[in-house]
Amino acid sequence: MKRIKRRYLALQLECEGLPTERELMDAIWAAVTKLYGEVGASLTGLTLIDFDLERKVAVVRVSLAALCMVKASLATVTSIGGREAAVHVLAVSGTLKALYANTR
Amino acid sequence: MTRAFADLHLRVNPKDQQATQRLINRAAKFGYRLISIPFTSALREEEIAKLKATCSEAGLDFVSRADFHPRTENELTHFLRKFRRRFEIICITCDNKEVARQAAKDRRVDLLSFPSLDYRKRFFDRAEAELASNCLAALEVDVKPLLILEGPTRVRLLSSLRREVAVAREFGVPLIVSSGVGEERFMRLPRDMASLAYLFGLDEASALDSVSTNPAAIVKRNREKLSSRFVAPGISVIKEGKTP
Repeated sequence: MKRIKRRYLALQLECEGLPTERELMDAIWAAVTKLYGEVGASLTGLTLIDFDLERKVAVVRVSLAALCMVKASLATVTSIGGREAAVHVLAVSGTLKALYANTR
Repeated sequence: MTRAFADLHLRVNPKDQQATQRLINRAAKFGYRLISIPFTSALREEEIAKLKATCSEAGLDFVSRADFHPRTENELTHFLRKFRRRFEIICITCDNKEVARQAAKDRRVDLLSFPSLDYRKRFFDRAEAELASNCLAALEVDVKPLLILEGPTRVRLLSSLRREVAVAREFGVPLIVSSGVGEERFMRLPRDMASLAYLFGLDEASALDSVSTNPAAIVKRNREKLSSRFVAPGISVIKEGKTP
């Protein structure tokens, strides 16, 4: 079976207050589902890896095949947990080690 | 080589100095190098000079731009005659087919824009693209409607944009992706804007070009044309001699 290639994305959240992990992932899933539907969303393999509340930086993992879909969906996020927000992609990497090295 | 990113459509009222300053600072923080705030026909030279100074303090290059919404071909030509040499970028929002065709075949028009909400008023078809490609006009796409619209309206817009982008690529019409935002919360990083272009069928390289190389090329070309040394495309005055 072919190995699934993945990418890690560092996301900078810009919002008032501190959203919870759940609120963040709900907002991302909602954006992906709105744009690509449930079948499309199921192909993304979206998973939250890390969430630094102090810096408002989250790390998510996605499947490489769905990277463009996820990046486009992230750009359309305008609210998290009912509050106005924006999500910016800080870096994309194939390994967590390289991602943390890039974002620090 | 790093790309110089551009956002040629920040829709803020230049008279609202605080909002303008905030947007300029945000654009600088996001890594843009070229920005533009459209003016209407009520031109104030001192306002442009002030904006240029504010932008240069923030490390940005300000591009003067005029947007016009003509109802007839005559209005369009009158506007172009009056304002072409006073602005670096001229964008025409085409509301009807006659204006769209005239704008596409007039070499003084830099950007063609179409209403986002009414898909019946998007006249960028093959004929329009052919005229635009001969006159070096570019198609401008704002990403703001993609952020604020939902449901069938967004679906229709995406479908129109996908068709227009395919036609533009077929005829070699450059594509410019701009934000079209007036509020900070809708501003996106240049690469995020390029990601949004993926939604209407641009590959990564073309999407990045549409927020960097394509707008920069238009600005460079027009600045050359507007300079006092310009004679004709490819010819400029290098040195002036003294008459004996």
